Amino acid sequence: MASPLSFPEEVLEHIFSYLTLPSDLNSASLVCKSWYSADRYSRRKAFIGNCYSLSPQGLVSRFPNLRSVEIKGKPHFADFNLVPEGWGGYFFPWVRTMSVAYPWLEEIRLKRMVVSDEALELIGRSFPNFRVLVLAFCDGFSTDGLAAIAANCRHLRELDLRESEVEDSSGHWISRFPDSFTSLVSLNISCIASEVNFPALERLVSRCPNLRSLHLNRAVPIEHLPNLLRRAPQLVDFGTGTCSSEVHPDIYSNLVRAFAGCRGLRNLCGFWDVIPAYLPAVYSVCFGLTTLNLSYSTIPSPDLANLINQCPNLQRLWVLDYIEDSGLEAVASTCKDLQELRVFPSAPFIPEANVQLTEQGLVHVSLGCKKLQSVLYFCRQFSNAALVTIAQNRPNLTRFRLCIIEPHTPDYLTREPLDMGFGAIVQHCRDLRRLSLSGLLTDRVFEYIGTYAKKLEMLSVAFAGHTDAGLHHILSGCDRLRKLEIRDSPFGDRALLTNAAKLETMRSLWMSSCSVSFGACKLLSRMMPRLNVEVIDENDDPCSRPDNCMVEKLYIYRSLAGPRFDMPGFVWTVNEENSTMRSSSALPS
Amino acid sequence: MTPPLLGVGEECQSNVTLPSSSASLKASSKNLELHERNYMMGLFGCPTIKGPAAAGVFGDCKSNLNLKATELRLGLPGSQSPDRGVDLSSGEPDEKLLFPLHPSNNSHSGNKRGFADAMNTNGASEGKFMANSDVKAMLSPRSGTNIGQKSQPGLESAGPKAPRGVEGATLQVTQEQPSSGIKESRAAGTPAPKAQVVGWPPIRSYRKNSLAATSKNVEEVDGKAGAGAVFLKVSMDGAPYLRKVDLRNYSAYQELSSSLEKMFSCFIIGQYGTNGARGKEKQGDNMPKDAMDGTDYVLTYEDKDGDWMLVGDVPWEMFLDTCRKLRIMKGSDAIGLAPRATDKCKSKN
Repeated sequence: MASPLSFPEEVLEHIFSYLTLPSDLNSASLVCKSWYSADRYSRRKAFIGNCYSLSPQGLVSRFPNLRSVEIKGKPHFADFNLVPEGWGGYFFPWVRTMSVAYPWLEEIRLKRMVVSDEALELIGRSFPNFRVLVLAFCDGFSTDGLAAIAANCRHLRELDLRESEVEDSSGHWISRFPDSFTSLVSLNISCIASEVNFPALERLVSRCPNLRSLHLNRAVPIEHLPNLLRRAPQLVDFGTGTCSSEVHPDIYSNLVRAFAGCRGLRNLCGFWDVIPAYLPAVYSVCFGLTTLNLSYSTIPSPDLANLINQCPNLQRLWVLDYIEDSGLEAVASTCKDLQELRVFPSAPFIPEANVQLTEQGLVHVSLGCKKLQSVLYFCRQFSNAALVTIAQNRPNLTRFRLCIIEPHTPDYLTREPLDMGFGAIVQHCRDLRRLSLSGLLTDRVFEYIGTYAKKLEMLSVAFAGHTDAGLHHILSGCDRLRKLEIRDSPFGDRALLTNAAKLETMRSLWMSSCSVSFGACKLLSRMMPRLNVEVIDENDDPCSRPDNCMVEKLYIYRSLAGPRFDMPGFVWTVNEENSTMRSSSALPS
Repeated sequence: MTPPLLGVGEECQSNVTLPSSSASLKASSKNLELHERNYMMGLFGCPTIKGPAAAGVFGDCKSNLNLKATELRLGLPGSQSPDRGVDLSSGEPDEKLLFPLHPSNNSHSGNKRGFADAMNTNGASEGKFMANSDVKAMLSPRSGTNIGQKSQPGLESAGPKAPRGVEGATLQVTQEQPSSGIKESRAAGTPAPKAQVVGWPPIRSYRKNSLAATSKNVEEVDGKAGAGAVFLKVSMDGAPYLRKVDLRNYSAYQELSSSLEKMFSCFIIGQYGTNGARGKEKQGDNMPKDAMDGTDYVLTYEDKDGDWMLVGDVPWEMFLDTCRKLRIMKGSDAIGLAPRATDKCKSKN
């Protein structure tokens, strides 16, 4: 009699299709061989958090039938120019393999990868059913590559280039969408510097009835907006272009009418250079807004407050620090559903504060917005007392990133380190998953983090700590830690080597301008063969120096693929014989 | 790729004391012995050089071409290191070998004085120093490459300047660029905008560039906008990848030139840094080691109007405003540029 568990594989696959979380599917695949096989053939989505953790061939042999792939490349600190150009993160090897293995691929989502025009052309040629392309913080391609996508991907739904660096060859790539192309749902071209062919864009918008999300680039002047919005009243998510031209009564009234027609608008962004006089044009949609991104708008606080007072249903707000404490008080009293707040600095590189934005603003919001979960806050002063208050007000915080602009800034009231304040954050906010530290901090704060931050998954440390004990607390205490990035902190060999095994449970560790010696890197590499220990040094060959010399930058990640083959000259890895090599010199071409 | 025309100067020696413990950053006492250097035209050929100093340098270059032709001055190798804990240990060799005329040194594969050396030194190390507050930087330049000397043999500039010793340049640097990371050394009422630690505060380039573009709305401090580093791409013909530089880190063409030479020297040697991803051009195997009269390189830039111009024609400040992209071209490709650039300049003026 057949065991009740020996379903035909098709049935198993069908059941597994209802499991959406990769972790659930991973667990299912471990039950027995037939479940492993069923999962293997039925898996449709893969998320690869580090493109070097496995090879493209490894992916396609493990999951032969994927429809959707998400891959991340460079370390997070690449966003801040800490990773030299040419480091890696190339997408081409992936698309080359997938073009053969996954003819039915529909979705590609990339973050911080180098994508060439060649790769984009290959996408256009290889995947007849292609629907979604998201290139977040990517670079390496030009509008020629986009033209290839536009021309060839007949069923494209999403083209989202958020904050990627695009070489502009011409704005006419938009015209390459054929007239028969009507499937577009989402288009984000906000990062493109030059003008796109606006009539072509208008025609595209007109013929795509399902278009829900449209983010224009800065080059689109405000005069074009009314016509565009009239063609797409069904928009849910809209990003304007520049709003800097003088307010003309005609344009203004057109704008008012156009926005009033977009009853379903929920997200607004763009507003580059916006003149405050334009803002009331969007008042008609403010009530329905759940996301408002004004972080490119240098609007002063009173105008900001006026706008925000119209938005009681806001869940996500991104602004510049022009909002000031007073504006944040308005947020606290109006936006009772606020979940995420990001306040960016308008003038981070001048020594003194140019706006009245202090810790008080955030304290107000923490008190008034009971659903607040996610905070990114740049300011110039903070106190332990404020941090404690915020922690006590909002134990439901899951992401807390505080950036006090000047490194090593102490509590401005007591001149003490901010250890206790951040300690309160981790102690009260038990579900905290992401934390970024700043200000004057000793090893003590890491003791708190190691003790309390048991759900922490990502930690960013800069200019903090005194000794290896700090790093040791993190690595030994934070059970769920996946990503750790540290810069300019005196953490060194001992903590790293003592916690070597921990590193294999994490996705990656970045350390730059710390106190890790080259010898320790070699030793770690020997101890942990499944880790790639990569030393980035643009000055010299670390082999030419004694082992106790510090490395400039260090990137450690677990990998099934072994050392990578595409390292540039300034990246060294330690091979099995424990002599460092750079792949360019060691391997034949 | 044939090696470029050489520019030569004299040795720069730096003696670095290594930190003794890896557990915590130790004080960096760095003794720099620096000889007066004549700046080379290095990679960028020798376009018309004006001024007595430049002529002297040019003369030096010529005479040295046959001697230690491979030596290249790329900014003070150790000069920024006291600020940087990690650099302390690098123990930079004295000679930089860019050109394959010294086979004995070739095995060392030269030194890549990379972008990071120029750019990353400032705050990174200062931050470290702050962590161990008993350490004071010996030199406190914040924008590392400003340590470079002010003579400009390789590029036309507004006026020739005599080569200076390092100390002079250093002093100048500390005057101009008060370090902000080390609080005690920051003078009150500092006029210059805060010199920047690379990557701090953590703001994405996209956002920084947007800020820069709207910097007219930002309070200006002493005539300089508060917007921070704007990284420009620098490509080099034949190199497998490009680099980025922040022009605000330099105050003169010479510094820029030296820094770029450092960055791209590895490509010129062709012995490394060329592998990249599969399918990328591989260099170096066939590179003739005795090609003295190879192509020289010229630094060009693309301006706001999209025109490619020779770097060095316009005053530095104007260059900062108009430069959008940099490209190191082979001298032969750039021949048509010089006159046009001058013409354009004249027509602008």
